[in-house]
Amino acid sequence: MEQKAIKHTSGFWFAIKSLLSGLALTWRHFRKARNRRTPEYVTDDNYFKQPDGLVTLTYPYEALPVPDNGRYRLHNEIDDCIVCDLCAKICPVNCITIESVKATEEIGTTSDGTKKRLYAPVFDIDLAQCCYCGLCTTVCPTDCLTMTPVYDFAEVDIKNMVYHFTDLTPEQAEEKKQLLARQQEEMAAAKAVALAARKQG
Amino acid sequence: MLAFVLTLVLLLGIVIVLAYAERKVAAFMQDRLGPTEAGPYGSLQAVLDVLKLLQKEDIVPAAADKNLFKLAPVLIFAAVFAGFAVIPFTPSLVPAGIGIGVFYLLAIISLDVVGLLMAGWGSNNKYAMLGAMRSVAQIVSYEVPAGLAILSAVMICQSLDFQEISYQQGALINQFPGQEYEMNWLFGIKALGINTTLVGGITTWNIFRAPLLLVSFVIYFIASLAESNRAPFDIPEAESELVAGFHVEYSGFRFAVLFLAEYSMMVLVSLVAVVLFLGSWNTPLPNIGPVSLAYWTSGTVGEWSSILWGGFWLLSKTFVLLFLQLQIRWTYPRLRVDQLMHLCWKVLTPLALAVVLGAGIWRLLMV
Repeated sequence: MEQKAIKHTSGFWFAIKSLLSGLALTWRHFRKARNRRTPEYVTDDNYFKQPDGLVTLTYPYEALPVPDNGRYRLHNEIDDCIVCDLCAKICPVNCITIESVKATEEIGTTSDGTKKRLYAPVFDIDLAQCCYCGLCTTVCPTDCLTMTPVYDFAEVDIKNMVYHFTDLTPEQAEEKKQLLARQQEEMAAAKAVALAARKQG
Repeated sequence: MLAFVLTLVLLLGIVIVLAYAERKVAAFMQDRLGPTEAGPYGSLQAVLDVLKLLQKEDIVPAAADKNLFKLAPVLIFAAVFAGFAVIPFTPSLVPAGIGIGVFYLLAIISLDVVGLLMAGWGSNNKYAMLGAMRSVAQIVSYEVPAGLAILSAVMICQSLDFQEISYQQGALINQFPGQEYEMNWLFGIKALGINTTLVGGITTWNIFRAPLLLVSFVIYFIASLAESNRAPFDIPEAESELVAGFHVEYSGFRFAVLFLAEYSMMVLVSLVAVVLFLGSWNTPLPNIGPVSLAYWTSGTVGEWSSILWGGFWLLSKTFVLLFLQLQIRWTYPRLRVDQLMHLCWKVLTPLALAVVLGAGIWRLLMV
């Protein structure tokens, strides 16, 4: 495109004119202040047709709707979780803490048919640290860890930003640990008996 | 004493309204909502701000010059507040009707500068000091064109009494003692032969009866913006470089007083502009033949009707000017120091001098 030299205009009357046009501009905005933006979904026809008036919303009372597939707060569907630890490993900021306890027998299947063999006495996500990269949700083999459209979850106490997803109470977790220890003891005893038998034989 | 209480109540009332209006006007001009939470449409926001400031800790810096530091806000506010004493509110109501009101006002307002310097020096803080110096330089400079613009109005009116100047600008001119036989002519020019003494209304406002005063009104208005440290002349504030200017060390109630003084100054300069140039408490509606709009909307002097009408016109004109001040704040960018001084000394002052000369000649046409 051909470039035109910008003519620098100056002088008394030009200054007056530009001062007045500035006042006219603010006055126009002031006058149109009786129109207000309405919270519309992005697909709404009206979304881009609100060119004048006040653009801010009184947030807790009004909010722009977020998309259904908005990706904000993490949620773990613990029933589907196989405690594989992949999410904790890939997390770049290490905000996921998982402890696992092996179950003494198979404890069920997830909704996509994977067998569950581990209990999770601790499954914590510190959402104050989370950087919302979404890597954990991509690596999750059972798609139990997802990002939800909930974005307003500020807390007064930062400790409340740590979300506990485990479905075991501490007592239950202790019980499962003891069950596992007993089973391992029994297995070790059986192994020792078998070993002794082989030596004798 | 009654005048003191009346003026204080009126002043505080206007300042509270102004502080609220500033936030709402600012918001609307920037397509925002402004305060909405406190009270209906956020109308209690200004009151709550004052309550909040009152609760704050009163901090006096350890290294500050404590006497100067503590006295400065009092002096600044007292200087501005004393200026209100001579402003006529209605045809029969003026807190202190002294014959040299304009002179007194200019003198007492200048005390403000001493208070600013005391605040800046007493804070023992280089930012406060720089802010105070800039503030003082600006106010002292702009008092020159403002004073000259006021002088031209005084020359046209031949009086230093605000109330006399007010009476001259309306149909009630002959009711002021000593003005019984004065007459107003269209544009002030007697040779035109059109007598507007009984027409009143806008035809006898100073900017109309001597159109030259329109220029001095503009000069005065620009200078008054600078005197009350308003944008686009708010370099003493200069949040970005000076972390808020001369009042950076003040907290709590002392800060509130400084703030109050700034807003009072806005109100005062607008009141003076209205009284000197825009017809004071006089109605803008002229008498047209048998339809004596001016008399109907002026009331009878000395009765409640004139107090109500006069107060109404004075305040509404003042609020228009105050709104203009707010609008200017949200329209124009801040001037640099050198641009500020350039405007004052090389543009406004020569122009004001020319207007003073012109006003002298105009006065000759009026008699």
